[in-house]
Amino acid sequence: MSEITPELVAEHGLTPQEYEKVLDILGRAPNLVELGIFSVMWSEHCSYKSSKKWLKTLPTEGPQVIQGPGENAGVIALGEGLAAIFKIESHNHPSFIEPYQGAATGVGGILRDVFTMGARPVMNLNALRFGSPDHPKTRHLVSGVVAGIGGYGNCVGIPTVGGEVNFHPAYNGNILVNAMTVGLAPADRIFYSAAAGPGNPVVYVGSKTGRDGIHGATMASAEFDANSEEKRPTVQVGDPFTEKLLIEACLELMETDAIVAIQDMGAAGLTSSSFEMASKGGVGVELDLDRVPMREEGMTPYELMLSESQERMLMVLKPGREDRARRIFEKWDLDFAIIGRLTESGRMVLRWHGETVGDLPIDPLALASPEYDRPWEPTPAAEAVAVTSQGDPLEALRTLIGSPDLASRRWIWEQYDHLIGGDTIRRPGADAAVVRLADGKRALAATTDCTPRYCYADPVEGGRQAVAESWRNLTAVGARPLAVTNNLNFGNPERPRVMGQLVGCVQGMGEACRAFDYPVVSGNVSLYNETEGQAILPTPVIGGVGLIDDIAHLPAAGLEQAGLALVLIGETEGHLGQSLYLRDIEGREEGSPPPVNLEAEKRNGDFLREQIKQGALAACHDLSDGGLIVALAEMALAGGCGATLRVPDIARDKMTQWLFGEDQARYLVATQDAETLLASARAAGVPAAHIGESGGDALTLEAIGRISLEDLRATHEGWLPDYMSAGVA
Amino acid sequence: MRTAVIRFPGTNREKDAVVALERACGRKPEIIWHKESGLPAVDLILLPGGFAFGDYLRAGAMAAQSPIMQAVRQAAERGVPVIGICNGFQVLTEAGLLPGALMRNAGLRFVCRDVHLRVESDRSPFTEGYRLGQVVRVPVAHHDGNYFADEATLDRLEGEGRVAFRYVAGPGEPESRANPNGSRRDIAGILSENRRILGMMPHPEDATDPLQGGTDGCGLFDSMARALA
Repeated sequence: MSEITPELVAEHGLTPQEYEKVLDILGRAPNLVELGIFSVMWSEHCSYKSSKKWLKTLPTEGPQVIQGPGENAGVIALGEGLAAIFKIESHNHPSFIEPYQGAATGVGGILRDVFTMGARPVMNLNALRFGSPDHPKTRHLVSGVVAGIGGYGNCVGIPTVGGEVNFHPAYNGNILVNAMTVGLAPADRIFYSAAAGPGNPVVYVGSKTGRDGIHGATMASAEFDANSEEKRPTVQVGDPFTEKLLIEACLELMETDAIVAIQDMGAAGLTSSSFEMASKGGVGVELDLDRVPMREEGMTPYELMLSESQERMLMVLKPGREDRARRIFEKWDLDFAIIGRLTESGRMVLRWHGETVGDLPIDPLALASPEYDRPWEPTPAAEAVAVTSQGDPLEALRTLIGSPDLASRRWIWEQYDHLIGGDTIRRPGADAAVVRLADGKRALAATTDCTPRYCYADPVEGGRQAVAESWRNLTAVGARPLAVTNNLNFGNPERPRVMGQLVGCVQGMGEACRAFDYPVVSGNVSLYNETEGQAILPTPVIGGVGLIDDIAHLPAAGLEQAGLALVLIGETEGHLGQSLYLRDIEGREEGSPPPVNLEAEKRNGDFLREQIKQGALAACHDLSDGGLIVALAEMALAGGCGATLRVPDIARDKMTQWLFGEDQARYLVATQDAETLLASARAAGVPAAHIGESGGDALTLEAIGRISLEDLRATHEGWLPDYMSAGVA
Repeated sequence: MRTAVIRFPGTNREKDAVVALERACGRKPEIIWHKESGLPAVDLILLPGGFAFGDYLRAGAMAAQSPIMQAVRQAAERGVPVIGICNGFQVLTEAGLLPGALMRNAGLRFVCRDVHLRVESDRSPFTEGYRLGQVVRVPVAHHDGNYFADEATLDRLEGEGRVAFRYVAGPGEPESRANPNGSRRDIAGILSENRRILGMMPHPEDATDPLQGGTDGCGLFDSMARALA
């Protein structure tokens, strides 16, 4: 065994203090295999050591919650014996290095987290952040990430139905690729990861293990290099075909009673899956590593324990069920190997051709994983911004609707099979994706949301807003928002300002989730997203899931007919701080984000949902980036019918604010019967104003001017394809 | 009407086809695993969409060698109608049951969107419910849908009226958006010589319910149900 030098410890990412703890736990120096295991188990990714303290403050419970954070994914009850299982996860660094495979394996990983628990995945979403469009790498990254997400999801056959994309220079050196999967399972047949039953076989299924993704492959250790012929890329390679077989084989096995526990091999591969299963179940485990199916010869125990080869699962079976299980995996041409058994020892013993190559106590290692209370400082409050210019609003609209953050994403989602399964009843591009349930009456709605520029200016308000926007997007399709998964993407937590962003965003998210009874049931934290000292904008993405009780009342996303009254729900103050208008028209990224009034959000949203339920709305859209006029333009383009908007007298001298302000808790709806809607709103204490009518082939601002839908559409649809094709010589 | 849906490893649109068949025929199709060597007595065989064997060698190439394809071939020779959709079309060309090949899309990207098809032949059990020249809207979802055959073969297909569907521009749509994949002569689907085998890239099965955004695909399934009942 190679000697464990301080350099080797550092290269494994352990601090001297953490290594002292290793020595304490073992009572001796670890060997290289054991050091590798400590390294990955105590990594930020697996241990959440910087964020744990704050994550604990988030609400995670509610009558709808079957399983909160701590399992492979969160589980909520949908009623009628059905459960939704979902999670979001980042694959940021790999996607920057190798965008196609990085994004593809991100999708593969999150799918496994969900079907591991017994769910058939029914929808994929993604939240993407790229650098400035002017940055030389951006086009290549967009192209690769989108192709990778599509390449994996399309082949596996899960519709990719929604998501969001932003461009900002803060992501130039560190893009974000967050993938979310929602699956469905019988509520009484959820599979968990806690191992049980000493003597029970530990079974490995799926792809063979190769040298891809080995954490240690980045090491510069002479001993380690001496026998390895070359440095392998650390980005794993995805095989969606095998994933598809693995889904089918696992779900087939799950229909029997053979499985005690099951866990996918994600980050830190066999190490974290076996450790977590044993630790959660309070049992020990013995593994014969030479029985692990291997892709190439000459692999070492170190490599087998740390490989992040994709499309692999670890299971504990009931005794005597091995043959039946094996037959299922053989049918699907997948590897199946009994690689060990559970013990009562409380230890993980690793053997290699009979010889012990590792022997670690499980609980002390798992429980002693570090938890830091890192110093943090709050983001100073931003000053209010003054906007006095009242430029041509239609020209500003034209610019915004074709700007990188608001232009149509069609070029992206046409590369995703968003229809497979035949249950996509709301196609991408609207507030929330909607996928029908098998009962034909109900539907799941899902969305991903975050406004990073708000979070940067005011983390607490930004955290609230991300939750509120997801809640609104679900509400806008008539869904009852049930629970969220979150993906906390931040820079280096060892810098107090960045840590303060995390603390603030988590605080804001927690407040909003509590106000809406909208608990966090799963999530992922991605830290150290920075390059050369330039941190990303704080990006706590919320993946929201809701339930539509009756799809008969689903309002349209756009204006599909003339003669409908346009009613603005919610109060308009005209908040332009951190707005897209301010940034993209005036070139100022300034001010404080619009404040989120959680009470008003709840009141307005609950009112709107009730109106949808009663069939009172023909169309509905939530107001967010770009404010009222952008929302109206989006509705007109989506439905193919124009509209006339009346600027109220009180807003005459503050028209820019009224049209482009990004005040929260607002929706724009179209209805046949404005009078009844306004009366109901008054009764409910909800601000509502009749501000225009649908009709024509243009967007008309009364007494100001008009812009044709054709012009708007060309601008809106043109930017992304033009941008992407400009890169082709 | 009894129908069979063939399932290869990597097939992923069988559910969509099953739902559409059941809606039209009132009876659930039988799902046949590719390792089977025989087929039950059926009135129609459907090869659904997906990525059989990951499309890793060439789309449809490995599936064409699966044991079940021998039985499909024999059934086709007996005149049992066979329809291959998307990956199923690719399998049928690789198996030599239909001429030509499906190459990578001309735009090199996967494309999922609605397209418009003109019905070019109403003389088949799959299309007789449509009017000749009728334009229907159904989605495509593929990476390798660029139909190719040599000029002589294309001329023959046209001459024998075996082009079943052709991509056309929809109302208000620019010509440039009509053909999603660069297919020769905008061909979206073709028939065998005896008109009992249809291969097509678009997905009529995903346009059989108003909530899916359209029902133009029903014509195809209803045609089959009527012709084969």
